[in-house]
Amino acid sequence: MSARIGVVTFPGSLDDRDALRAVELMGGEGVLLWHADADLHGVDGVILPGGFSYGDYLRCGAIARFAPVMEEIRSFAAAGGPVVGICNGFQILCESGLLPGALIRNRSLRFVCRVVRLRVETAQTPITADVEPGEILDIPIKHGEGQFVASEDDLDRLEAEGRVVFRYCGPDGEVSDEHNPNGALRAIAGIRNEPGNVVGLMPHPEHAVDPDVGPTGGQALFASLLTHVMAPAR
Amino acid sequence: MRFSVEVLVTLKPGLADPQGKAVEGALPALGWTNVAGVRVGKHVRLEVESGDEASARAQVEEMATRLLSNPVIEDSRVLEVREVQHT
Repeated sequence: MSARIGVVTFPGSLDDRDALRAVELMGGEGVLLWHADADLHGVDGVILPGGFSYGDYLRCGAIARFAPVMEEIRSFAAAGGPVVGICNGFQILCESGLLPGALIRNRSLRFVCRVVRLRVETAQTPITADVEPGEILDIPIKHGEGQFVASEDDLDRLEAEGRVVFRYCGPDGEVSDEHNPNGALRAIAGIRNEPGNVVGLMPHPEHAVDPDVGPTGGQALFASLLTHVMAPAR
Repeated sequence: MRFSVEVLVTLKPGLADPQGKAVEGALPALGWTNVAGVRVGKHVRLEVESGDEASARAQVEEMATRLLSNPVIEDSRVLEVREVQHT
């Protein structure tokens, strides 16, 4: 039996179909979930995809967090269910309080769309469980509001608890201002919650699974997710 | 009773404000080379039905914390509560 991964469609989601396709390309079963439907249909994991939910009005992710499906996702996450927020999905998780910090306008004020290098910082998440910390993945970003910010205390806590999952880096894994595409504090591209089952990241692994159309840095993350959700631990 | 309420949402002090910086960078082109510290915020105006002014204010303060602003990065303040006469 293959893992069933739900992908939520909000009004304004863009990458739901790509995420669904990535799940299926990697051998899982994709299940489309609807924002207004307070039912997760028994999926093993949930992806909140990228896009511009509710037009990004007010703040990115601010309105999506009140969608009926989010109440279910909150309970699912509290019970240890794997939840992955990509780009707008990451913004929604921060707005929901499921992850700390916030994502604000890029330092450059420009929308950035290109492939970046990510250094994996921890294996303690469903999407990095089978990836070695230190490994470098090529994955695209495409966002105008991806600058991760949090209070110094929150940043220190994230670091101390090993909850930084990805950092933007150079070819040899070096972290520097030059390799930071949006000005994210401490070059943070992705973080996790305390237990590790909720992960948010700005880059798009779902756009990096098919060698015909670009880099394949996302394959390892989806493979890990599919394996992990079927693990007997849950 | 119906009250018209204004809420101001501002970025927390110390937090980088790329929008404010962009505005600040554009002002010298218009001749204002004497400007610094530009911060861009949001102004929200709404009407709320409520028994009295204090309860209208309290409700909008809660709206401001739960939706109109993100307390992680923003501060919010109710600026004005004014009774609107029914027409």
